[in-house]
Amino acid sequence: MRPPAERSRPVRDGIGLGLAVGVSGVAFGAAAVSSGLTTWQACALSVLAFTGASQFALAGVIASGGSLLAGTAGAILLGSRNALYGLRLADILRPRGPRRLLAAVGVIDETTAVALAQPDLQAARKGFAATFGCLYLTWNLSTLAGALGAGRVGSPQAFGLDVVGPAAFLALIWPRLRTGRTERAVALAGAAIALGTTALLPVGVPVILAATAALAGAMTGAAGTQVAESPAGRLPDGLLPDGRLPDGRAQSPGRSRGRG
Amino acid sequence: MTGTWIAVLATAAGCYALKLAGLTVPQRVLANPRMRRFAELVPVALLAALAAVQSATSGHALDLDPARLGGMAAAVVALLLRAPFLAVIVAAAGTAAALHALGVS
Repeated sequence: MRPPAERSRPVRDGIGLGLAVGVSGVAFGAAAVSSGLTTWQACALSVLAFTGASQFALAGVIASGGSLLAGTAGAILLGSRNALYGLRLADILRPRGPRRLLAAVGVIDETTAVALAQPDLQAARKGFAATFGCLYLTWNLSTLAGALGAGRVGSPQAFGLDVVGPAAFLALIWPRLRTGRTERAVALAGAAIALGTTALLPVGVPVILAATAALAGAMTGAAGTQVAESPAGRLPDGLLPDGRLPDGRAQSPGRSRGRG
Repeated sequence: MTGTWIAVLATAAGCYALKLAGLTVPQRVLANPRMRRFAELVPVALLAALAAVQSATSGHALDLDPARLGGMAAAVVALLLRAPFLAVIVAAAGTAAALHALGVS
């Protein structure tokens, strides 16, 4: 009953994060209903859109009496980062046909973070599936619970639930921050861009703007040293350069650069 | 109410289409090393930005809530001590909840 720790890690991480973040669906359900959405509309958003930030954004605009068109546009713009995650995950999941239609539902912050924190392709796929399955279930059930109990549930802060998301994101990118100088610079720049523009731009846009830090990192680092900074065989740089599955043999970090 | 339903369904459709578009982009786009490096760095930039925004702002303003920041500090300490993932989350949420209960916020 006790698989090796390495093999169960992606599933454990995924389920843990799914449970921890999933319960904050209570906050969404409650917020949505107090914003003027019906219980069914709150649940439809969680089932169909399944991307927390966009859902909160739409509810927020409706609550403040903003235009539905602006609310919808903002929520969709906020979801555009999932397209960037999808770009990254496509190479790991390689879903085909109907599986791609299903996998697409699960392309969000948490699943991407868990998948990319894994040491190899198989673990990354397991981590994606575990996070997606667990979070989808808990997010939707807790949305319903929050919508039905709106006004009756205590504040999420009382349980420290407001730091679960940010702490999880930090924990999940931590291994990459430890190994790569470019990664550290990009993370710091991304955080600074988002914080610096929060007062100026519509909610959600600063985070998307942080992608420019990744662009700068890719432009300045592409010809240089960043591959050597990450250990060969790690997912971020070890897997992708040739777009091939890892075959267990050590992959020389330098070899793949030749193609560029 | 109908208008709200249209907004809900349009948001859902748009968000799903974006997710699917990312997965559907031809792999040869990633053959370009800079594009590939960009795709690798995007999650780092966006997740770091999300962590910063969710822990230090609310709405359009910086919001340095001591309970939340204390929770994040606990997460950093746990990470520096190489605690496992779930321990990091528990340390963060537990610290934030305790500070909140003590009225620090």
